[in-house]
Amino acid sequence: MQLIECPWCGPREEVEFHYGGQAHVPYPDAPAEVSDEEWAHYVFFRDNTKGRFAERWCHSAGCRRWFNAIRDTATYRFESVHRLDAPQPHATELARSRRSTAP
Amino acid sequence: MTSPFRTAEGGRIDRATTLEFTFDGQTHTGHPGDTLASALLAAGRHQIATSIKLGRPRGIAAAWAEDPGGLVQIEEPFPEPMLLATTVELHDGLVAHGLPGQGRLAEISDSARYDAVHHHVDVLVVGAGPAGLAAALTAARSGARVALVDDQSEAGGSLLAGTDRLDGAPAPEWVAAAVAELAGHPEVLHLQRTTAFGSYDDGFVLALERRTDHLGTAAPKHVSRQRVWRLRARSVVVATGAHERPVVFSDNDRPGTMLAGAARTFLHRYGVLPGREAVVFTTNDSAYDAALDLHRAGVRVQAVVDARPVGSPRREECERAGIRVLSGAVVTGTQGVERVTHALVARFADGEVGAGSAIACDLLLVSGGWNPAVHLFSQARGRLRYDEVLGAFLPAEELEGLSVTGAAAGVFDLAGCLADGQRVARAALTALAVRPPGEDRLPTAPEPVTPAAPLVLWRVPDTSGAGGHTSFVDLQRDATVADIERAVGAGLRSIEHIKRYTTIGTAHDQGKTSGVLTSGITAELLGIPVQATGTTTFRPPYTPVAFAALAGRDRGRLFDPERVTSLHDWHVAAGAVFEDVGQWKRPRFYPRPGEGMEAAVLRECVAARTGVGILDGSTLGKIDVQGPDAAVLLDRLYTNMISSLKVGSVRYGVMCGVDGMVIDDGTVLRLAEDRFLLLTTTGGAAKVLDWMEEWAQTEWPDLRVHCTSVTEQWNTFPVVGPRSRDVIGAVFPQVDVANEAFPFMTWRDTTLDGVPVRLARISFSGELAFEVYVNPWYGVAVWERLLGAGRPCGITPYGTETMHVLRAEKGYPIIGQDTDGTVTPHDLGMAWAVSKKKPDFVGKRSFARQANQDPLRKQLVGLLPVDRRTVLPEGSQIVELHPDGQLPPPPVPMLGHVTSSYRSAELARPFALALVKGGRSRIGDTVHVPVDGTLVPVEVTGSVLVDPEGARRDG
Ligand SMILES: [Zn+2]
Repeated sequence: MQLIECPWCGPREEVEFHYGGQAHVPYPDAPAEVSDEEWAHYVFFRDNTKGRFAERWCHSAGCRRWFNAIRDTATYRFESVHRLDAPQPHATELARSRRSTAP
Repeated sequence: MTSPFRTAEGGRIDRATTLEFTFDGQTHTGHPGDTLASALLAAGRHQIATSIKLGRPRGIAAAWAEDPGGLVQIEEPFPEPMLLATTVELHDGLVAHGLPGQGRLAEISDSARYDAVHHHVDVLVVGAGPAGLAAALTAARSGARVALVDDQSEAGGSLLAGTDRLDGAPAPEWVAAAVAELAGHPEVLHLQRTTAFGSYDDGFVLALERRTDHLGTAAPKHVSRQRVWRLRARSVVVATGAHERPVVFSDNDRPGTMLAGAARTFLHRYGVLPGREAVVFTTNDSAYDAALDLHRAGVRVQAVVDARPVGSPRREECERAGIRVLSGAVVTGTQGVERVTHALVARFADGEVGAGSAIACDLLLVSGGWNPAVHLFSQARGRLRYDEVLGAFLPAEELEGLSVTGAAAGVFDLAGCLADGQRVARAALTALAVRPPGEDRLPTAPEPVTPAAPLVLWRVPDTSGAGGHTSFVDLQRDATVADIERAVGAGLRSIEHIKRYTTIGTAHDQGKTSGVLTSGITAELLGIPVQATGTTTFRPPYTPVAFAALAGRDRGRLFDPERVTSLHDWHVAAGAVFEDVGQWKRPRFYPRPGEGMEAAVLRECVAARTGVGILDGSTLGKIDVQGPDAAVLLDRLYTNMISSLKVGSVRYGVMCGVDGMVIDDGTVLRLAEDRFLLLTTTGGAAKVLDWMEEWAQTEWPDLRVHCTSVTEQWNTFPVVGPRSRDVIGAVFPQVDVANEAFPFMTWRDTTLDGVPVRLARISFSGELAFEVYVNPWYGVAVWERLLGAGRPCGITPYGTETMHVLRAEKGYPIIGQDTDGTVTPHDLGMAWAVSKKKPDFVGKRSFARQANQDPLRKQLVGLLPVDRRTVLPEGSQIVELHPDGQLPPPPVPMLGHVTSSYRSAELARPFALALVKGGRSRIGDTVHVPVDGTLVPVEVTGSVLVDPEGARRDG
């Protein structure tokens, strides 16, 4: 049972958290104006990365706050965690890789 | 029965106390400190059972958890299968018998208590042998928080089983002093009879403490029998020792064949001679200690058979004692029936077996070297390397927060183990930024004698003519060298495949003695290095753990939390039949004497439709939403417009996922410009709060809004029916309950004897109804006031079943029952609840997707069985007949399924709700539902079956 570092509470057992999927997939600014295909990418498509992955996590059985994390999907190790109001160190890089899979 | 094999003195048993036990129907005696195995050996009994497949006699072959031979079933004090005679501590009144590989679970419920404890430490030391004790002392002396766990009944490990001396005195004296010192450190937790069985991420170790098993019937009832320790350590020190490895030869499973080190344990720890005449077969020096110790204790050691051509420097020591040493020789087989009578000994050179002879013996000791117990290291994903000299796998890397010491790390001499334990503990402390102790003395151990190099010998070539079929690798699985040969012959190369093909290592002992042998023999057969074969994956648990222990207190009523409302005792007293809704206990109906569920529900329905009924709806989810942007958040999450709702009013709302599918519904009360009370379904409360938090935190952190669960802060009592206005008016005379003053979908605050009460005109039945909200401290009092005021009009408490019937008659869906995550508001006929004015809300964009525009989507409709009798089972499929009245050929297309189905008092017939393909276009059609093998014709109707005009809601 892994320890996950909540940026607000500190290290807690993994069962206190729930997973929120890929991070940095923003809600489209004007959903009415995107094509069906673009909308489908927003709703259904996510990266399936092996290795470092920017993810959303929620400390659901603790402070109930969401945060972002960089985690290695092959080793499960958390590289870093980030409050949502803090700069996201890997956001630019990961956002670029996501765009490459978008239509 | 006497104990003819008990020594005259010695051993760590309490000879002053005699215990009586029964094995296979025979009564024996033993002493506190014995195991079942040692007491049986003292009685001269080696055989425990017969083997699982071949029915061959099997006996005690080791002294602890690695024993592959001595499986027993306990009958008294409580039936328990699959224990090892070597690890069952003897107690008075124990009744057991041998098991041929498979046990029998108890048929009665286990009345013992099991529990779990969380414990956090700086340093966890697993194993209280010399290395573990040294490590624990060093860690404790630094003032760090320490746990020391060990699976035996007392600390000392190998020091209990030998003749070692420390500081010039018998080693157990040092052990006692070390244990006493540890007890003096307030931050040290020291647990014996505690097996660390699993090692997981971030220093998490699970250990099982056997707290009262050894006390038998004297176990105090208030003490848990076993306890799971959930240990979280910043640093784990694995000092789990090593398991002696046998050598495989023909008929190596015959009782009386035993690991050499185990014989020393039985002698020194339990005061038992495992035989009278012994042959010792070895590939290394460690077995010489067994030979000499047994000789001194009076066992006639017929020969030491050493496979190494030059033997050992300890040969002279034996010969001085009169023990014959045969170098360059092996044991090729055994004779005997249920016990060894002869060892077959032959010359052995360059891998070839030469001429041989039989040596009479009743005990054959074997040592093929030692396998470090690397289980916990390997479970933590530590890599192993094969050591050519030891013929064993050792830790190949340093893990962060987990280190291995002593024999588990390949250190086999006493002085070395002590020093290594101390070194590893000091390194662990340093890594934790804890200053290691200045005063940290180790006891003085004798100068280690450098042993002669061992020979790595996995098996003796089979010269018996049995072709390897009697050369046992895994005794518990009856798996032999021939089985490995067949696996390799079948083309298997991976050790994991060979394990599964042969089943080696899959039994109770999980291959503690057979695993490395299999790697070695496989490598030999394939002609590849053992390193290339590797080992199978080590997985928890290290030793079997009972499910009862893992369940702990979480069984029976404590399996899952029970949530009850403040009226629970009232419901119980009223004879309610309860149902589980999530974790809530809700009254399902209130039967009167002689009434079944059907009659009770029909009666309750009639009351609510014609008089007045009352429901405990307190389990409804309630969320208090506050902040200047509360209306903005709700507008974005509900399909309909919330911001236009007036303070004092109520609106029904639907929430969808981004895919446009309904996730919950409920009502919204606007309490103030910046404050709303959301009512969700009972089951959806937590999910809806999470959903709102997720959007508010991750997508729109700029919104100034806070959401708080207030489910437990309000009781909710719907008072339902045409007479409900009379009841509310009587209890709250200061409230004008006339329709014009208090219209549908509005709420009012009032008080009752100074207690704040909120009233809302919300109806989940289509009838005139008022919901009464009050602080649960006053719940029972308000409920009883309402009942008192309603008595003249026959107010009837009703349960969830009636609630379901009433809402279904009105076509109100239950999200999660009438929907399944593929249903849009339009499918439910709720286009009216979807705002066309709002530019966007979650789910809106998906409504425009082609699949969601399909007119053949499944839609919610009503079904009326034409026979007016059949209650369609929920979940039934719906099919359409060809115009000629025949079923289409299989596979028969399914139009949809029944989602809710009840008997209606109002309609005087059963009815159902269903999701049907293109359902609204089929209204008036007859379709069919297979029930118990017959096709029941049903008429498709609109989903609102009672009062479709809505004439009743205002009374
Ligand atoms: Zn937290």
